[in-house]
Amino acid sequence: MTAFAEQVAQFMGPFVGRVPHNKKLGLRFIASGDRWVELQLPYAPHLLVDPDHGIWASGPIITLMDTCVGMASMLARGAFEPHATLDLRTDYVRSPKPEATVTARGECYRMTRQIAFVRGLAHDGDPADPIAHVAGTFMFAASKLQGGWQ
Amino acid sequence: MTNPALASLLSQPSGRLDMLPYAALLDLAFERVDDELQLIMPFDETLIGSPGRLHGGAISGLLELAGLLTVIAAQPEGEALPRVRPVTVTVDFMREGATQETRAAASITKLGRRVVNVHAQAWQGSREKPTAAAHINFVLDWPER
Repeated sequence: MTAFAEQVAQFMGPFVGRVPHNKKLGLRFIASGDRWVELQLPYAPHLLVDPDHGIWASGPIITLMDTCVGMASMLARGAFEPHATLDLRTDYVRSPKPEATVTARGECYRMTRQIAFVRGLAHDGDPADPIAHVAGTFMFAASKLQGGWQ
Repeated sequence: MTNPALASLLSQPSGRLDMLPYAALLDLAFERVDDELQLIMPFDETLIGSPGRLHGGAISGLLELAGLLTVIAAQPEGEALPRVRPVTVTVDFMREGATQETRAAASITKLGRRVVNVHAQAWQGSREKPTAAAHINFVLDWPER
């Protein structure tokens, strides 16, 4: 891993779960690499939209994925720079199993001067049987960059 | 995900959405403004995603619920209600979510029996300056007859 990625894994990773809204949902950091991040959201009753049938709201899944790919874009950037989500598309492949822990893995597959292109998957135990897929972009303030990104 | 109690709640001029646990977590209320269903998310410290800004995920969750509840409210009265589930959601973020009240409302582009296409918008203060917008496709699962 790059020095920056190691620094993030050690210090910033655990911080993700302390961001107020992430903390409220119960999101936690699992692992990270040079340009990917893995986070988890364990089941909690307040994440449901339909408690009678144990159906999850989709908002917490978006929050998990947005956080995950946002952090992946920061890793790929190699610096703590302000960035904002430009857009995020989520496909809900299926509902999570009742009371499952949802694991998300997001990566930044391309970084340009201003834009990070990201994608990610969420699953409830088997990555080959995902519950959601996301694709999105993040915008960086390019003017703050020293040197060039491709 | 939908039941008659929710449909009847939504026919009221205003109310709280504590019936849905995730809506209770976001502290959501609703209000009928000229025939439109508007959701209200008051500011709270627990909505923060980065210093001084709302989490994009909380805004997305609000947009989705605005879409979902607008679809449920649009179902004909007196019939068995379908389960409404989002299949694809695309959120565009236009402005930072400031630390203040956020509202959201949705309009139905096409109300089909199996698929409903929805456009939802979230704003703070002025509706002319949207914070975020979402394009959502919902699939309806009808109870078997």
